[in-house]
Amino acid sequence: MNEHSNIEKLAGCSEIPVLKERGQREVFCGLTGIIWLHRKIQDAFFLVVGSRTCAHLLQSAAGVMIFAEPRFGTAILEEKDLAGMADAHEELDREVANLLERRPDIKQLFLVGSCPSEVIKLDLANAAERLSKIYFPKVKVLNFSGSGIETTFTQGEDACLASLVPTLKEKDEENLILVGSLPDIVEDQLVELIKELGIKEISVLPGRDRGTMPSISKKSKFILVQPFLTDTTEALEKKGATRINAPFPFGEEGTTLWLRSIKESYGISDDKFEVVTSAPRKRAKLGLEKLRKHLQGKSIFFFPDSQLEIPLARFLSRECGMKLIEVGSPYINRSIVDKDLELIEDMPIISEGQDVDLQLDRCRESNPDITVCGLGLANPLEAEGLTTKWAIELVFTPIHGYEQAQDLAELFVRPLKRKEALSI
Amino acid sequence: MKLSIWTYEGPPHVGAMRVATAMEKLHFVLHAPQGDTYADLLFTMIERGNKRPPVTYTTFQARDLGADTADLFKKACKEAVERFKPEALLVGASCTAELIQDDPGGLADALNLEIPVIPLELPSYQRKENFGTDETFYQIVKALACPQEKTEKFSVNILGPTALGFRHRDDVRELKTILDDLNIDLNIVAPLGAAPSSIKSLTKAHANIMLYPESSELACRWLKENFGMSYTEHTPIGINSTKDFIEELNQIRGVNDSFSDTSRLNFDWWSKSVDSNYFTGKRVFIFGDATHVATASRIAKEEMAFSIVGIGCYNREYARKIRSLAKVLSVDALISDDYLEVEKRIADLQPELILGSQMERHIGKRLGIPCAVISAPFHVQDHPARFSPQVGWEGANVIFDTWVHPLVMGLEEHLLGMFREDFEFNDTAGPSHLSNSKSKLNQEKDTIADNEITWAPEATKELKKIPFFVRGKAKRNTEKFAFENGHSAITKDLLYEAKAHYAR
Repeated sequence: MNEHSNIEKLAGCSEIPVLKERGQREVFCGLTGIIWLHRKIQDAFFLVVGSRTCAHLLQSAAGVMIFAEPRFGTAILEEKDLAGMADAHEELDREVANLLERRPDIKQLFLVGSCPSEVIKLDLANAAERLSKIYFPKVKVLNFSGSGIETTFTQGEDACLASLVPTLKEKDEENLILVGSLPDIVEDQLVELIKELGIKEISVLPGRDRGTMPSISKKSKFILVQPFLTDTTEALEKKGATRINAPFPFGEEGTTLWLRSIKESYGISDDKFEVVTSAPRKRAKLGLEKLRKHLQGKSIFFFPDSQLEIPLARFLSRECGMKLIEVGSPYINRSIVDKDLELIEDMPIISEGQDVDLQLDRCRESNPDITVCGLGLANPLEAEGLTTKWAIELVFTPIHGYEQAQDLAELFVRPLKRKEALSI
Repeated sequence: MKLSIWTYEGPPHVGAMRVATAMEKLHFVLHAPQGDTYADLLFTMIERGNKRPPVTYTTFQARDLGADTADLFKKACKEAVERFKPEALLVGASCTAELIQDDPGGLADALNLEIPVIPLELPSYQRKENFGTDETFYQIVKALACPQEKTEKFSVNILGPTALGFRHRDDVRELKTILDDLNIDLNIVAPLGAAPSSIKSLTKAHANIMLYPESSELACRWLKENFGMSYTEHTPIGINSTKDFIEELNQIRGVNDSFSDTSRLNFDWWSKSVDSNYFTGKRVFIFGDATHVATASRIAKEEMAFSIVGIGCYNREYARKIRSLAKVLSVDALISDDYLEVEKRIADLQPELILGSQMERHIGKRLGIPCAVISAPFHVQDHPARFSPQVGWEGANVIFDTWVHPLVMGLEEHLLGMFREDFEFNDTAGPSHLSNSKSKLNQEKDTIADNEITWAPEATKELKKIPFFVRGKAKRNTEKFAFENGHSAITKDLLYEAKAHYAR
């Protein structure tokens, strides 16, 4: 594949060429999002309609087994479902009935489409509607697709949240919605800061249960906390809500710019903003200062994983002094990450999609100090002498906001320190 | 359609990957959508693999489905052969690609590659991972093995070890030592460490060791039918099974006797020493793949003097073997890949020790029952750095240590029994050498008839004096006895009447 022919100039405020590649992708499919979503939304069950591979992926991607019975499962398609000997819809109804009988605590049931269910065109929207008629109001039945033929990794959360939007209560009231799932502690911190700025009506999508989902109207404003929410953004805008565009709240600078966009949208005074943010800003700066020396001048290479790559690259280059070599992302929505892109100086290679073999060639060639990649690549690259950071940890660790700025930097410092400390 | 939460086995193409990853100079092109690459991390994380599995995924997307997924597959094959220069190419489809029916074998054939192409048929909606290993290895052997002159001296192949197999790496090492002792030459080990070129010389050996039937039975049978190669059927795990295995090799070789150096075997004396008295009659439940369950059952019964309360396996292919073994042991066989069913069986049987897979370890943690891992699927912590085989004499030593480790030791158990109500040294404390384990037996849940039968305070107090590992069973038995005999209140006397009634 000729690399240069794939470099496209994207229109926008900054003319940044993007290397687009197609080939083997070493990324998860959207089903993987269920691993955190089922803990985040505490009265929801995620029922994947798929194959044994889907079930195996979910338990393998989690890496650890969750002790309590998880609120997800796979209705595994069998030969007779495919051969039309069994009515797949009847089979699904039966499995749902068993499940809801066994788990009376479930208030929201997501039917999750997979590659096989998409290919055989099993209509889960229809199934969700039918099952809703039976179980509503006790249980709300929704559907979305986490299939690998349509979604990568974090796009599963996007599809899930987008499916929730049409079910949100319409209330003709002003409110601010934070969109994207965060660890509870981080969510509380950000909500608290925004309240201190003087904004009273704040809610979060997804809410922690069915009762705490936000309401929506043409007066609603929303701001993303995660960069991978393209479809959710579109669905919210369709409802008339207005997006506040901002860089993502990673690091001291990122969090300040993110909060400032809210401040400006609401016309809050500079003084007030200063009073609310000065203490946590100072703390975040202090924490980062201590770690910066470990990262300053070190080079970094991102394999595509979660779409967090561009905002994180901005944080690492501007606040930690790292040198970006390549920033790969599975999918780039310019309208969502442009504020982060604009801030990146010394533009590295920005790549979208993947041909893993070609990208590995580039990575080895550039010999970065840290390579951010998936679990399938990390040990092989370590064995070749590179230092790696598991990308998935960036999705499973609290990294947003002021109080986590230091922890975020520390995630990248740790592998470097370890390499230094080991003498074997 | 069947609801599954945790699975014991992956899909069959993961079995094919276990064979491909174990081998050298072989590449596997898998027609698969984005996301199926998750399987790579099984190898790089659980086994800490230091190289990528030799697998190229075509990664087709929704927009390709209307266009040409077949071209995508051909391109992936061509590029993989150019880049990795394998001696042979495996081609197959994962579950989604099976539905679009692109015929990977035919497409790869049309490329006229200069290396052998081995097409795999892996019915994802009918079969599972173990079938995938067996079938893939069989197809490789069938495609590549050819007539060869036998080695002058009696020699064997070790067939079956794969990537992600439970202790396969170490089992091979121990078995090599035993073969060395027996003065038997080793021709090749496969799939682990074998290249397609070495599969060609399989037939130089006089016989095959079928180390794990799950991954090599089809190949062994085919080699017997087509090249007259006998194969061993005893899996040498445990003292007696290892002896039988050696005897079987002697018969195949046509010798009456042979010498195997057992000086490193400690299991037999460890089991005879007085400290091991407390193992006698310990109630164990055994579950895993059929081969490991069958060998563990024999060790448990003959070499540890445990009492087996139930056995089972998740691989249906060997259901018959486990059912007939259960009959001999006078217990019920559980053939299931539904971990909820396994958990229910364990909760009902209330064993003192579970021998199982990673799944049973989690069940054990939940129920507060100690568990030792004897079978795949296993966790990264069951892939140790040290040499820890299951096979042969050293394997027996490892098994003794592993099984004993989670148990409460002899005198400690007595002390717990004597001073049951000690406020800090009591039976919910768990074994003293395992800091985190706590008995989580929830006696309240063992009630058979809610609210219909009441326990007198003195009877409840007495119940608490019964060792915790049989308390749940004692409680249910007593309630059953009371119910059947028309008592609505359980007294201390009734408790002991029930005990006498159920005495074994």
